[in-house]
Amino acid sequence: MIGANLPALQIVLPLVAAPLCVVLARPNLVWGFATAVSWTAMAVAVALLVQVLDGGTISYQLGGWEPPWGIEYRIDLANAFVLLIVSSISAIVLPFAHASVVEEIPEDRVSLFYCMYLLCLTGLLGIAITGDVFNVFVFLEISSLSSYVLISLGRDRRALTAAYQYLIMGTIGATFYLIGIGLLYAMTGTLNMADLAARLPAVAETRTVQAAFAFLVIGIGLKAAIFPLHTWLPNAYCYAPSVVTAFLAATATKVAIYVLLRVLFTIFGTEFTLGEIALQWVLIPLALAAMFVASTVAIFQTDVKRLLAYSSVAQIGYMVLGISFGNLTGLTATIVHLFNHAVIKGGLFMVMGCVFLRLGSSHIRDLAGLGRTMPWTMAAFVTGGLSLIGVPLTTGFISKWMLLQAAFEAGFWVLAVAIVFTSVLAIVYVWRVVESAYFREPSEKAAKASEAPLSMLIPTWILILANIYFGIDTSLTIGVATKAATSLMGLAP
Amino acid sequence: MTPETAIGLAIALPLAGAVGIVLAGRQPNLRETVTMVTTVLLFATVCTLVPGVLAGERPELTLIDLFPGVPIRFQVEPLGMIFGLVASFLWIVNSIYSIGYMRGNNEGHQTRFYVCFAVAISSTMGIAFAGNLVTLFICYEILTLSTYPLVTHKGTPEVAAAGRAYLGILLSTSIGLLMLAMLWTWVATGTLDFTPGGILAGKVEGPQVAILLFLFMYGIGKAALMPVHRWLPAAMVAPTPVSALLHAVAVVKAGVFAVVKVIVYIFGLDLLNATPGTDWLYIAAGATILIASIIALRQDNLKRRLAYSTISQLSYVIFAAAILAPISVMGAALHIAAHAFGKITLFFAAGSIYTATHKTEVSQLDGIGRRMPWTMGAFAVGSLSMIGVPPTAGFLSKWYMLVGAFEAERLVAVAVIIVSTLLNAAYFLPIIYVAFFKAPRDTGNDGGSADDHGEAPLPIVIALTVTAAGAVLLFFLPQLPLDLAKQLVEVKP
Repeated sequence: MIGANLPALQIVLPLVAAPLCVVLARPNLVWGFATAVSWTAMAVAVALLVQVLDGGTISYQLGGWEPPWGIEYRIDLANAFVLLIVSSISAIVLPFAHASVVEEIPEDRVSLFYCMYLLCLTGLLGIAITGDVFNVFVFLEISSLSSYVLISLGRDRRALTAAYQYLIMGTIGATFYLIGIGLLYAMTGTLNMADLAARLPAVAETRTVQAAFAFLVIGIGLKAAIFPLHTWLPNAYCYAPSVVTAFLAATATKVAIYVLLRVLFTIFGTEFTLGEIALQWVLIPLALAAMFVASTVAIFQTDVKRLLAYSSVAQIGYMVLGISFGNLTGLTATIVHLFNHAVIKGGLFMVMGCVFLRLGSSHIRDLAGLGRTMPWTMAAFVTGGLSLIGVPLTTGFISKWMLLQAAFEAGFWVLAVAIVFTSVLAIVYVWRVVESAYFREPSEKAAKASEAPLSMLIPTWILILANIYFGIDTSLTIGVATKAATSLMGLAP
Repeated sequence: MTPETAIGLAIALPLAGAVGIVLAGRQPNLRETVTMVTTVLLFATVCTLVPGVLAGERPELTLIDLFPGVPIRFQVEPLGMIFGLVASFLWIVNSIYSIGYMRGNNEGHQTRFYVCFAVAISSTMGIAFAGNLVTLFICYEILTLSTYPLVTHKGTPEVAAAGRAYLGILLSTSIGLLMLAMLWTWVATGTLDFTPGGILAGKVEGPQVAILLFLFMYGIGKAALMPVHRWLPAAMVAPTPVSALLHAVAVVKAGVFAVVKVIVYIFGLDLLNATPGTDWLYIAAGATILIASIIALRQDNLKRRLAYSTISQLSYVIFAAAILAPISVMGAALHIAAHAFGKITLFFAAGSIYTATHKTEVSQLDGIGRRMPWTMGAFAVGSLSMIGVPPTAGFLSKWYMLVGAFEAERLVAVAVIIVSTLLNAAYFLPIIYVAFFKAPRDTGNDGGSADDHGEAPLPIVIALTVTAAGAVLLFFLPQLPLDLAKQLVEVKP
């Protein structure tokens, strides 16, 4: 019974739990409740992944209405993997949240915070799980609206403008997406992804479908912060509460990239996307621009959170690049990097959460000498930073390897050079922080700082150590990603 | 003990030692005992591998698959055996020296120092016994990272700048060029195993071979081929034991060792001989030998002079390998051992002088041989080995290189070796001359301290005597390295 209804449970559980947070009201109680819900959601995601690995794609009909009429939750390896990423990041972030939220969020808003957090989680999980393009839109709005609220809760007043900027951009993105699926619906009369995939080839030659494709790609591109549609991201990540930054940085853009993969490969198909439209010739320049421009901009940032945010834009460039190679290894690289980058950036932003808790600032100047007063926190930053650079035995290395392999297999050796060159830029921006923390005299704030509480350090280190674990044992990440990419591209396994 | 266990132990022992050092951190005597026991056990373990390798066995240890078809794998072959023996033996001597030096100079953070040292040695063993390029690459990067805290041991801003050059050059060349070369090789050949006779023959051809060779040679920044040599003089800010073992033996030898491995086991001598356009390496190495020697002539700082001498001597190894005659490759292998003993002696002497007198410049050394006869005697032996005067080990390796150069009919190579020998003499002999035959300079400004010191602490004197004796012994008993080097160039089908 439960086994068969896991897909519904994955969504319903956090959705129902969210309003309950407001009812519970007491901060500690709400936190405990939200954590329990998030852990259960992760258990469900793990169970789903196991089910998919054993028995193949799951098709779940909501309310018993058969697809394509009813809403179908369709779970194959690609989204089972994304569900796992989102739910496990959330499960690690929530224990971390307790101390950080007490510090950063006014007490009367704590229950609201967890309510919004669970809604956001619901939205992100929903986007990943559903097999219906309109349903994606609904969940996209749930996650977006809740994340606007979450960002605006940041202590800095600039959080409000950041949230507003994101609201405008996010709404444009969602609207474009809606126009796109509207056009598709007009041409095919269906909203079910599998059904769309079957009906689209017949009308693929039409302007309407091509316009729909453009709207969809740009709409999703805005949510995924694909260069040059990334402008909302640095401010949002920089001024949001630390917990929100860690959670969103590790999950939100990843889910958007997943939707992009779905649209490009499942709905329109490899042939249309990379053959007829030849989207790779649009994506490659954008990816390169993201990698070079955002990495360069990151070097000159003085706020470490903002530095990491620009680095995220560059990393999204890598994911887009992986798509544009048009080969299996490339797509595998993108999916592997979804996971790996979630682990890297989640960990690093959690480190910054620890720093912000003690310093009330994430300015590089205030971090001076912090290696002495917060040794465990800064050691976590160094390890995560090495993974970001792509040093061997970390997840970052695995991603870079896959990308380079894809580049050489596709014969794009110039792109291979670009990948390693931007990795070198990453050394520069990571090491600026490291040198400041270890070789400068402690700043006034750093001298007074004490090590972060264990409730924050332990979750942070779990993610940081995951960087090393998944940098050595790649059977889960590469194994699942390869299979997922194979089915996305419609290749025989 | 089976050879497989021995390989595993060779990597694990120093790591276990590092843990022990941390645990014993509060009690210096116990901590140093842990270090010494580990060094001796490691050397004994490495020694157990020798008979098998001499008998033609190639024991293997395969760990986890990092990527499908790319395992982390260790295999002991003759060149690695030489390198492993040299590095593990010198670690014993160097540890004795370290204890004298670190205590004599009251250095701080000694626990961190010994821990990083042990990790560096573990990765050095990993490099020596690497069975494929990936394993070599991983250990290579760990070696870079674990030596960074040693280079920046003093923790001052000036040291941070030197550390930046060190890490920046080594990381960016390895990620930017070596990783590119490795992935290219992987995609072209489908294997990364070190295979006698090479793996690239028939897979890449023409100008590609030259480009790939370029990527490999400059990607292995630790080999200090000009112009990627600047990290080595920068690394001289480290405490002398680090300069001695790591920047005269482990790190730099890891570089040239990797170069020889790549030339012999990845390209194969035949492929390089048959491909036009690969001659540049031999020219670049020759130029490095001469230019670095000329720069060394002009250095007054003793450690910097030694560093430039190292750059020059490293290129001997590359040069000998690039002559591409089997007998010169033997010379390259021997030179790895010969230069190690000579150069570590020289650094030990430099550190000994610093500990006893705090003198760092060549111009301050007038007459010092009378008060520090052991130190300067060892220095003389080391210098003669650098120049290649019998009865020292340096003579042997130079002899093989010369024979190889004649055999390959490369008269330019012969000329380079002769000129550089003269240059070596020109920058080492004056030091010996002023130390023994000039009267101590009566300088007012160092407060008459020229006379009030004797020999350095006993551990230092013991260490440098042992290595100087080693440089001589290697001349009289070269059988073991010779046999191993012979096996290296015998291509077995």
